[in-house]
Amino acid sequence: MKFALLINEGPYTHQASDSAYLFAKAALAKGHEIFRVFFYHDGVNNATRLTTPPQDDRNIVNRWSKLAEEHKLDMVVCVAAAQRRGIVDDGEAKRNGKDTTNLAPGFRISGLGQLIEAGIQADRLVVFGD
Amino acid sequence: MLHIVNKSPLDRNTLQSCLDTAAEGALLLIEDGVYAATSNSAYAGKLTEAMGRLKVYALKPDLEARGMADRVLAGVTVVGYDGFVDLVAEYPTCQSWL
Amino acid sequence: MSDIKKFMFVNRKAPYGTIYALESLEVVLIAAAFEQDVSLAFIDDGVYQLKKGHQTSGIEVKGFEKTYGALEDYDITKLYVDSESLAARGLTADDLCVPVEVMSRAELGKLMETQDVLLSF
Repeated sequence: MKFALLINEGPYTHQASDSAYLFAKAALAKGHEIFRVFFYHDGVNNATRLTTPPQDDRNIVNRWSKLAEEHKLDMVVCVAAAQRRGIVDDGEAKRNGKDTTNLAPGFRISGLGQLIEAGIQADRLVVFGD
Repeated sequence: MLHIVNKSPLDRNTLQSCLDTAAEGALLLIEDGVYAATSNSAYAGKLTEAMGRLKVYALKPDLEARGMADRVLAGVTVVGYDGFVDLVAEYPTCQSWL
Repeated sequence: MSDIKKFMFVNRKAPYGTIYALESLEVVLIAAAFEQDVSLAFIDDGVYQLKKGHQTSGIEVKGFEKTYGALEDYDITKLYVDSESLAARGLTADDLCVPVEVMSRAELGKLMETQDVLLSF
């Protein structure tokens, strides 16, 4: 079965990103496919490579990057939500005159169409939020 | 449909709203929603009543994290993340009540 | 290949206190652009999103009441409002900024069962 996940909240403040990650791992372990993980609202904050969480706790951003690499996941950050919250890749930096970028590995910035496409193409779409 | 609720019923009206609307299917309590699946709470009666029309599940890791796994309400089926995945696969659609 | 699925957007939150109302509207417009079968359900404090007369200059936030009115231009006309949520908040359909179909919780629940994708924010 093809799953799509929508994550509406940022790392640590809400459990949403954790729940989604553990769901994704369980789904992959069962042999399902994750069509796309889409990050919206504050969920885009899961994609900054600038976090330094305490060493004795989970590193939410890095483990998403790692899961994406291991399983070739498509992790998409909504461009409009990212612009509002300061998640920036090279393209966005150039377009909007920012002097740096902060997008973590394994994530890409794109439009809301990717979320709708995920809803169309996946068999199930699960939303994690507040 | 699979209804997913992640907030405690004594904190938010999310679960109540879900139960007032949900026609049939299953309810999965995750995150802070698992508190609804515990005995001796003021909400236990309402959840027990809902079991008449919905199959009620609670996520075990969330119960354990909160030290509440020793007082699960009778009639609630406890599942892991693999069970969560199975439930999403089993029902044609799911709705997260946010 | 172009599939048409029934997308229902469930709105339970009031406007302006959080961004969910605004940002969910942005998804609605994209779903329409993808020619999906779009409907919006307003439940609990979500009904407040549709209250006429948003005046946001004092809070210095861009208002988005008129976006609800513009949904029609995108062929989004299926707006469902829960009667019990309206009544609990002392509102009637006349207080709302767009034409809606008011229905009971139970009817809304049955309608949700017919959807392919349910999005909440």
